[in-house]
Amino acid sequence: MKQSTETYVEPSQYPAGDFREPIAVIAPGHSYDSITGKLTGMVLTKHTPLAWFVVIGISFTLVMGLMMALTYLLAKGIGIWGNNIPVGWAFDIINFVWWIGIGHAGTLISAILLLFKQDWRTSINRFAEAMTLFAVACAAIFPIFHTGRPWLAAYWLFPYPNTMNLWPNFRSPLIWDVFAVSTYASVSAIFWFVGLIPDLATFRDRAEHPVLKRVYGMLALGWRGSAKHWYRYETAYLLLAGLSTPLVLSVHTVVSFDFAVAVLPGWHATIFPPYFVAGAIYAGFAMVLTLAIPLRALYGLHDFITMRHLENMAKVTLITGLVVVYGYGCEAFFGWYSGNEYERFMMKNRVYYGPYAWSYWALLLCNFIVPQMLWSKRLRRNLAVVFTVVMFVNVGMWLERFVIIVTSLHRDFLPSSWQMYYPTVWDFMTLFGTIGLFLTLMFVFVRILPMISIFEMRTLLPESRPHHPEGGSH
Amino acid sequence: MAHLGESPQGLYGLMAEFDTAQQLLDAAHRVRAAGYHLADAYSPFPIHGLAEALGFHEHKIPKFVLAGGIAGALAGYGLEYWTQAIDYPMNIGGRPFFSWVSFIPPAFETTILFAAFTAVITMIALNGLPQPYHPVFNAPRFSRASQDKFFLAIEAADPRFHLEQTRAFLAGLDAREVVTLDE
Amino acid sequence: MTLSDIRSRLDGLEGRTYWRSLEELADTAEFRDYVQREFPAQAGEFTDPAGRRQFLKLMGASLALAGVSACTRQPPEALVPYVRQPEELIPGRPLFFATAMPQGGVGMPLLAENHMGRPTKLEGNPEHPASLGATDVLSQASVLTLYDPDRSRTIASLGEIRTWSNFTAALQLAVGAQRTSGGAGLRILTEPISSPSLLDQIDTLKTNFPQAKWHQWDAVYGTVQGGAPGSLALYRFDRADVVVALDSDFLNSGGGSVRYSKDFSSRRRIGTPQQELNRLYAVEPVLSVTGANADHRLAMKAGEIHAFASGLAAAAGVPGTSGAASGEAGKWLRVLADDLKAHAGRSVVVAGDTQPAAVHALARAMNSALGNEGKTVHYTAPVIASPADGVASLADLVTEMNAGAVQLLLIVGTNPVFTAPADIDFRAALEKVPTRIHVGLYHDETAEHCHWHIPEAHYLESWGDVRAFDGTVSLIQPLIAPLYDGHSPIEVLAAINGTTGQSTMEIVKGYWTRAFGGQTKTTWTLRDASGGAYPNVDTFWRHALHDGFIASTSMLADGATIPAAPAAVAATSVPAVRGADAGQLEVVFRPDPYILDGRNANNGWLQELPKPLSKVTWDNVAYISPATASGMGIALSRAGNADQDLLEIEYQGRKARIPVWVMPGTADGVVVVHFGYGRKNAGRVGSGVGHDVFGLRSSATPWFGSGAKLTRTGEGYFVASTQNHFVMEGRHPVRVVDAEEYRADPKVVAEIGPERPADEESLYRRERGDHVTPTPFEYLSYRWGMAIDLNACTGCSACVIACVAENNIPVVGKTQVGRSREMHWLRVDTYFDGDPAAPSATYHQPVPCMQCEAAPCEPVCPVAATVHSDEGLNDMVYNRCVGTRYCSNNCPYKVRRFNFMLYADFTTPELMPQRNPDVTIRSRGVMEKCTYCVQRINSARIDSKTENRRVRDGEVQTACEQVCPADAIVFGDLNDPASRVVKLKEQQRNYGLLEDLGTRPRTTYLAKVRNPNKALA
Repeated sequence: MKQSTETYVEPSQYPAGDFREPIAVIAPGHSYDSITGKLTGMVLTKHTPLAWFVVIGISFTLVMGLMMALTYLLAKGIGIWGNNIPVGWAFDIINFVWWIGIGHAGTLISAILLLFKQDWRTSINRFAEAMTLFAVACAAIFPIFHTGRPWLAAYWLFPYPNTMNLWPNFRSPLIWDVFAVSTYASVSAIFWFVGLIPDLATFRDRAEHPVLKRVYGMLALGWRGSAKHWYRYETAYLLLAGLSTPLVLSVHTVVSFDFAVAVLPGWHATIFPPYFVAGAIYAGFAMVLTLAIPLRALYGLHDFITMRHLENMAKVTLITGLVVVYGYGCEAFFGWYSGNEYERFMMKNRVYYGPYAWSYWALLLCNFIVPQMLWSKRLRRNLAVVFTVVMFVNVGMWLERFVIIVTSLHRDFLPSSWQMYYPTVWDFMTLFGTIGLFLTLMFVFVRILPMISIFEMRTLLPESRPHHPEGGSH
Repeated sequence: MAHLGESPQGLYGLMAEFDTAQQLLDAAHRVRAAGYHLADAYSPFPIHGLAEALGFHEHKIPKFVLAGGIAGALAGYGLEYWTQAIDYPMNIGGRPFFSWVSFIPPAFETTILFAAFTAVITMIALNGLPQPYHPVFNAPRFSRASQDKFFLAIEAADPRFHLEQTRAFLAGLDAREVVTLDE
Repeated sequence: MTLSDIRSRLDGLEGRTYWRSLEELADTAEFRDYVQREFPAQAGEFTDPAGRRQFLKLMGASLALAGVSACTRQPPEALVPYVRQPEELIPGRPLFFATAMPQGGVGMPLLAENHMGRPTKLEGNPEHPASLGATDVLSQASVLTLYDPDRSRTIASLGEIRTWSNFTAALQLAVGAQRTSGGAGLRILTEPISSPSLLDQIDTLKTNFPQAKWHQWDAVYGTVQGGAPGSLALYRFDRADVVVALDSDFLNSGGGSVRYSKDFSSRRRIGTPQQELNRLYAVEPVLSVTGANADHRLAMKAGEIHAFASGLAAAAGVPGTSGAASGEAGKWLRVLADDLKAHAGRSVVVAGDTQPAAVHALARAMNSALGNEGKTVHYTAPVIASPADGVASLADLVTEMNAGAVQLLLIVGTNPVFTAPADIDFRAALEKVPTRIHVGLYHDETAEHCHWHIPEAHYLESWGDVRAFDGTVSLIQPLIAPLYDGHSPIEVLAAINGTTGQSTMEIVKGYWTRAFGGQTKTTWTLRDASGGAYPNVDTFWRHALHDGFIASTSMLADGATIPAAPAAVAATSVPAVRGADAGQLEVVFRPDPYILDGRNANNGWLQELPKPLSKVTWDNVAYISPATASGMGIALSRAGNADQDLLEIEYQGRKARIPVWVMPGTADGVVVVHFGYGRKNAGRVGSGVGHDVFGLRSSATPWFGSGAKLTRTGEGYFVASTQNHFVMEGRHPVRVVDAEEYRADPKVVAEIGPERPADEESLYRRERGDHVTPTPFEYLSYRWGMAIDLNACTGCSACVIACVAENNIPVVGKTQVGRSREMHWLRVDTYFDGDPAAPSATYHQPVPCMQCEAAPCEPVCPVAATVHSDEGLNDMVYNRCVGTRYCSNNCPYKVRRFNFMLYADFTTPELMPQRNPDVTIRSRGVMEKCTYCVQRINSARIDSKTENRRVRDGEVQTACEQVCPADAIVFGDLNDPASRVVKLKEQQRNYGLLEDLGTRPRTTYLAKVRNPNKALA
């Protein structure tokens, strides 16, 4: 990690042995101006780092692949994928659940940590929220395109009055999905935008180029930072946080219902909602770290994303990871304890009997074994290690959905209908295409908007908290 | 720059600039104590107690949000009940027309949706945004209000407003400078 | 001049304009392509699977349009409808006409469903003794062959298009040249023939040309005569308590299989626990459908069966026989003999068609010794005319051809260039014949080496007659004028005989008019159903056409026995059990069950229909036993469709390659190869599919022989099967009990498997005074339901293909089947019981949609595209379906099928007329499934409403129910306490598949009850 400012302290320099004194959430020596300058400067500059172009180049190529894959899909049908009977869902829904899960960390950081007054959330919530939006955008591709007739699914899934008096079937978890995901997407979007307004005002006031000034000005809605504005703003923001918390929990719960509501062994499990939510947070934090570590290096944000942030996130990853592993344990236990022959066979088939057992062990390696490294503070502070671990987690969480969906479907009740599933090149193009889309959106965002909430960073400076002379008004 | 003898016509008010949040907060208390009602402070970040210091108390938004949430719940559950049990009831897997349990998740989501949007919309509406023009933007250094400086404006419409006295009063709050704001 | 004359003349004119337009059309690219394909050089095309899969789409040829314009033409002669006069034809209402399908010379009696002049579906003729309303796979599929766009469409001479008049002119010249020599150079090669009027013409030809010779060849039926030489065995399985099948597949092959299945299953469909079951012993080299239904089965090399039969005869007390066996076989001999003697007069020994005459003689000797003859079996004159050993007959012809003795050769139907035994080089000999004429449905391998090719009229396009397996004369009525201007063999022979004036119908009617007057060589007893004489020939003809057959010609009635060949038994030299070749590998030849010798290769339905037991589609494979396989290091099980080892089989110095298939129940040291695949010029569907193994089959050993060598080539070959897991994994999809257990405690069936939740346990139950309904819905109008008797089901798969024909189910091709995306709404699951290597039993389970009352598929559909009707049907709304596939994921039975791609063919004009107009063609991205043939329910409901009554029991027959030769499937109204289905469900054998999941299936099963012999247990 190259040092950007002399105020950055290398982990080795920390007071030996004593970790009770947490590292500051912002490096010392910063002023309103320096914060503003640094964070706006990243965007309001003609200079774009070369690495940015490299990443965009690669990820946009992947997006082109996605476009190809989806076009061919529309032309030929789901048959270009490996899906079959009995494995009616495969990569499509795996990717959907994977992306939705990743999204959750953003809302969690910005909402739940806000409620818990965790000030270390400040420097990561903005791009975590952006990550949420873009992950949900990637996820949203699949509910539409995994259907046989996307051109109809695109609107038949919504309740709209029509001449045939036809309505969606509200008993179907897929409709619950439609409501949950669309609500989640729109609420995350406004939450994110509201957070942006004051920073947009800053951009408006700092941008030299008249066009930029106008654009940011319009987006800032004429924000002028009046005390009354701030008062209402904070009320609303707090309420949004309060609303997003149950929302984020409900979304992955509903997603887990897609499986829990079915009769299929391996899907039909009451543990799913909590286990999925934990998995979502797990995957989300892993992805935040995956993005934060390189971005921090790329833009020299060591002052704002300090070792404390990364360490806290690593801790959350470790804990949620353990919850997820507990979920695996429950699944196995239920499988055996239910005494149900189908459940028992499902677990056997999943763990050692079946042709997809490899995926289960790979999953345990990625989600259970490897993350245990984060127990060690030394490793937790070695960003190379942390980055490797979270990459494993990213893969592991994808594998988890593969295990749940494919190995449960490919051998269900009647042995006569047991079959194998093999993905095609189009499945992979779609998967990696969405990853490209995600990175593209992420880097475009970093280039045109503040990836760290400027006004909230200001509040981290001690002088931002004046005391009240006459005992204060409250 | 307005000067002595000019009528307050076309004048929005006076604006003082401060360097620190502390100065602004103190000033706010003093302005309030001096009996000014039509005063507002501007800061690059939220300062706790600042609005209250200016005598601003409002509890509208939570009420709106509650209403929005209830509306959302009723709308969602109502839609489900009406479509599935009244408008076009169908025998789906032998389940009752009114499968009340299955209808809970969508209703929950609509509740959140409505409430969240109410929160944002009321906030923006009550703040009178979007508002492309406002007299305070006429202050030459006001662009710093979104970066590192703190401002306090007293409107000419305030009954206790007197161009000279008020200017003196503001200057007395160790303001960096005081400027007049045109409408 | 009568009306019909005018009609026929107009028709003739139409015919000519059709020709003209054809010649105009002839310039299109498709046509040039078509003409090109007449040359072998082009034969290799359409060999890639995708091409084949899409064959249904590739037919947009202008010729096709000509074909369709033909479809709407009415046949010139007035047909006699089965139920109504044609002038009563109501648009949208089908008419049924009685006809019959010749297969290997034997007729399958049919009723053809005719929609506005288009035959769309074939059913069995309920009054015909050979059908009793049921049909088989081949006749169900034959309607697709009728419309096959690849059938030859033009008379061709050396690849040039010719007209019928061109041909007759050329023929007269060639025949004229023969007149002087009395036809010394004239030869006719046909399939086995039983058609009286055709035989009459052949007789005429023989009188005209005394020196001419008639040969017969048929790779499947031509080498056997369905019984001991010179006689035909007709069995009455309904009277047999004990059946011993010696390498015989009487339930699934031969013209009698349908009737035999009916009779046999009538002794398995027990109504009460007390009812006696029959008992079937099977001794065979490879698991056959019959063997799969046996209570006891012994896997034995085909070559050892003769010795076994001889030993059995000795044990059964047949004089002049000897033989013994050790080990398992020895035990069997004793037990079987005892059981047979215990049931003397009520037992029967059946010898397989592929077994040598000696075995048949032994079987007959046993039957007469046991006093079965005349009771459970009797021997009559063969149905096939002048039964000759086809192999010998073909060999003679080839010798003469090579000697240059043959100047004019007429080949009708058969395809010897492809199917001739390996040691008979028919093709080379053919080149030596100056004038060669081929009459066939397809421009096949043989046609390519003939000067003239005449498109043969499909049996649904032509007049004719044929005799059923029991000799019953059945009349063939055309349902439609020839689509591609085909000509029937009768027409061609008439042309040779110079009687060109008459139409085929006139020839057939003429023969029977003479027969009525007793002026024919064979004298027929022509009586009506009640045995009375007909007043005049017209009444006789009308009735015969109306019924489709002449009841009085059946030989199934007792008597009519012909004496056994004297000393047939003594004459047979018995090879010792465990002969010299005991250690050697035995190769057993079997025709593909559906493709036969390749004649059906271009029929997509048959290609995609899973073969019995192996469930392999689109390929022929070599069966070996698990022991043999592990000996060669071949994997025994497969998790999914994958590459199979490609074997090289060397036999008598000839080699062939074929993928291996490990088949439980195959005798060790036996390799079973199925021939008929590997056609070079079958058409877009069949060309280049599978492997040609005719190269191994010599005239000396057409069915089995020892001394084969088996080697792994190390190459793999992808085989697509619809089922890859044949073990029940300790679950109980098929519930099985022994007859004694069941008799002792009928509740035993209900106790198998997990418990079924009671109605009271349902979350959605409703208290309704005296009773509780598990759902809020009471189906008060009709409650459709189905019961499937697993004890009757033989696993013949006729139900599957009947469903395909009835419901316009598309063909998806090998690649898609390989990805387990076949579209069949109904599948027949097969499970092996006991040790997978040597299964103690085999079970079949037809699985349609269960129409669950608490259907798991419905609540998960986001757009309510699958919902319940008020009659309790699980309806699929194609228009509404967006294709999330959630319903399929949540269906425990996995009976839903998804259009992953555009499988249905919306473009090929020839195929459109075949479709059932009452059933939607499903498009891409839509889920589909069994509907209980809702279109049939609806039409019955409409009828009942117009007549202001309820639908009668049996008025609605689902396609699968109607076709079933074993009456295993019964459909009806559960609200009608008198209905057959209710009676069946009241049985204690009744259980629901996976009913422990609380799905409350409307389709339930009747448990399999086996009747093992303790002495063998």
